Amino acid sequence: MRLKIYGILAAVALLSACASGPEATDTTAGGGSVADAKPVETYTAPLGTTATVAPGSQEDLVANVGDRVFFGFDQFTLDGKSRSVLDKQAAWLSANPSVIVTIQGHCDERGTREYNLALGERRANAAKDYLVQLGVNPNRIKTISYGKERPVALGSSDSAWAQNRRSVTVVGNVGS
Amino acid sequence: MVLGIIKTTKNWFFCALFLLTAVSPSHAELRIDITQGSVKPMPIAVADLGGQSGDEQKFGRDIARVIATDLERSGLFKAVDRDAFIQSADALETLPRFGDWRIINAQALVQGRAKLVPDGRLRVEFRLWDVVAETQMVGLAYFTIPDNWRRVAHIISDAIYKRITGESGYFDTRIVYIAESGPADRRKKRLAIMDQDGANHRFLTDGSSLVLTPRFSPELQEITYLSYFGNLPRVYIFNIDTGRQEVLGDFPGMTFAPRFSPGGKEVIISMAKGGNSDIYTMDLRTRKVTQLTFHSAIDTSASFSPDAAKIVFNSDRGGTQQLYVMTAAGKSVRRISYGKGRYATPVWSPRGDLIAFTKIHRGRFFIGVMRPDGSGERLLAEDFLVESPTWAPNGRVLMFFRQSKSTADGKGGRSRLFSVDLTGQNLREIITPIDASDPAWSPLIP
Repeated sequence: MRLKIYGILAAVALLSACASGPEATDTTAGGGSVADAKPVETYTAPLGTTATVAPGSQEDLVANVGDRVFFGFDQFTLDGKSRSVLDKQAAWLSANPSVIVTIQGHCDERGTREYNLALGERRANAAKDYLVQLGVNPNRIKTISYGKERPVALGSSDSAWAQNRRSVTVVGNVGS
Repeated sequence: MVLGIIKTTKNWFFCALFLLTAVSPSHAELRIDITQGSVKPMPIAVADLGGQSGDEQKFGRDIARVIATDLERSGLFKAVDRDAFIQSADALETLPRFGDWRIINAQALVQGRAKLVPDGRLRVEFRLWDVVAETQMVGLAYFTIPDNWRRVAHIISDAIYKRITGESGYFDTRIVYIAESGPADRRKKRLAIMDQDGANHRFLTDGSSLVLTPRFSPELQEITYLSYFGNLPRVYIFNIDTGRQEVLGDFPGMTFAPRFSPGGKEVIISMAKGGNSDIYTMDLRTRKVTQLTFHSAIDTSASFSPDAAKIVFNSDRGGTQQLYVMTAAGKSVRRISYGKGRYATPVWSPRGDLIAFTKIHRGRFFIGVMRPDGSGERLLAEDFLVESPTWAPNGRVLMFFRQSKSTADGKGGRSRLFSVDLTGQNLREIITPIDASDPAWSPLIP
């Protein structure tokens, strides 16, 4: 029952996402915003071309689709940019029907540890719920929250925090 | 002199020494009121305990050093410089020459002796003297295996603290915490345990799995904590005596934020299901699971009141993180935090009179306390990031961790443990071998 309510909440969130974009809280003078945030974990194909990337692999997902979406401070709503990344992920999952993924939910360091574990769980599930709405079989998507334990960008800065408030789709089953 | 046996346990027993209990009527009793904000530390002389053999003298010296350090770190006492002592430890054996101690401004004196008895045990006796009134305030003797000498010292410190403040001490306790190393994006975290003064430090896990938020059981042999073993974040129970780790229950989603109930028969946890976190209890004997909150908001960081009748927790059901109190059955939920900012990680004091919390306001973090009805908020510490208060068993001291800012090249971000008195005075770092977070203070060791 709560799953259903959650789905409705996520749908409402999608409709109103533009009003709560992370840019509003994250910009600093000369600093980065979510729009500028680039994945730090980039994969380079051995021969410098994407042609050698195996379809359905993590490298394929990162290079040709985008493995992550970003969130505002203490938010788990998906903005237009996030939805377009997830739209592409849904298409990619459809094109690679044997792939199982785990969505990791992450937070910045500006919250308390236990609350951030719950917030990371919300972010991972917001991304999962959106993919499921697009027709991806929920059994193909695991989730795991890391709270503030696994930042991708180092440093106590607005731009690092913006990069760390993320969900990351990872090929493989490593969650629950 | 009368020796009265008060208590026996496996390795030891102790006796009360009654001697010279006459009280001088002209002198108010030596006493520290620890409810006052700024206490002038009481000068106390801790003489090396006397002994016959070299071994006994070494035990006597080491025990006296630990007692002096304990008392000084409480902020309530100042140990008089031992170089100023006039009367020798040997001469003290008969009776203190109080004039010798008054002249170096000691108000209280601790003396005693250490003796290795023929069965191999160590006998330690001490007396606390009111130097002005020239009376004995307390005198006790303990038998123990010699390896336990530090615990005897802490037990003596607790006895002195109790006699002078009227409150139970907290020196014979341990701290479990998370030891941290490595860069922030690949931080290695291990369960670690130590005495409250940092001695007897040891790691309990090897760092192969991420571990977080340990808490002591009231019975002390067990710790509940969160482990990412097998990439499944679940609450575990760690048995300190056997080293055995056991997952708590069989839950379909992440379980986290565990705390034991006051009697130790239940663990209260949060579980995430479909992205939503609610609060549950699990009976450790019957394995019965009870869901206490049913809300689409985040409900987590639950903590029982010491009488187990109520639970305080953290929820964003009102829009942002705030503190709520409900009955142990999950009824009558009522918000208690109404100050500016977000409130998190509530922990009920062992005395029941206060709730400690982490507060986030305008990009700063605070450790504070409020009464269980939300009134009387006081902030005790503030920094870039301070989090996770834990109470000393007497409800007079809090410990928490402080993490510094880091830079983009990975420098900084040091994490350290600190203690602070409930008055906001006496902020002190607890020295750990490497970075530290998520401290949990044990009850007094029985």
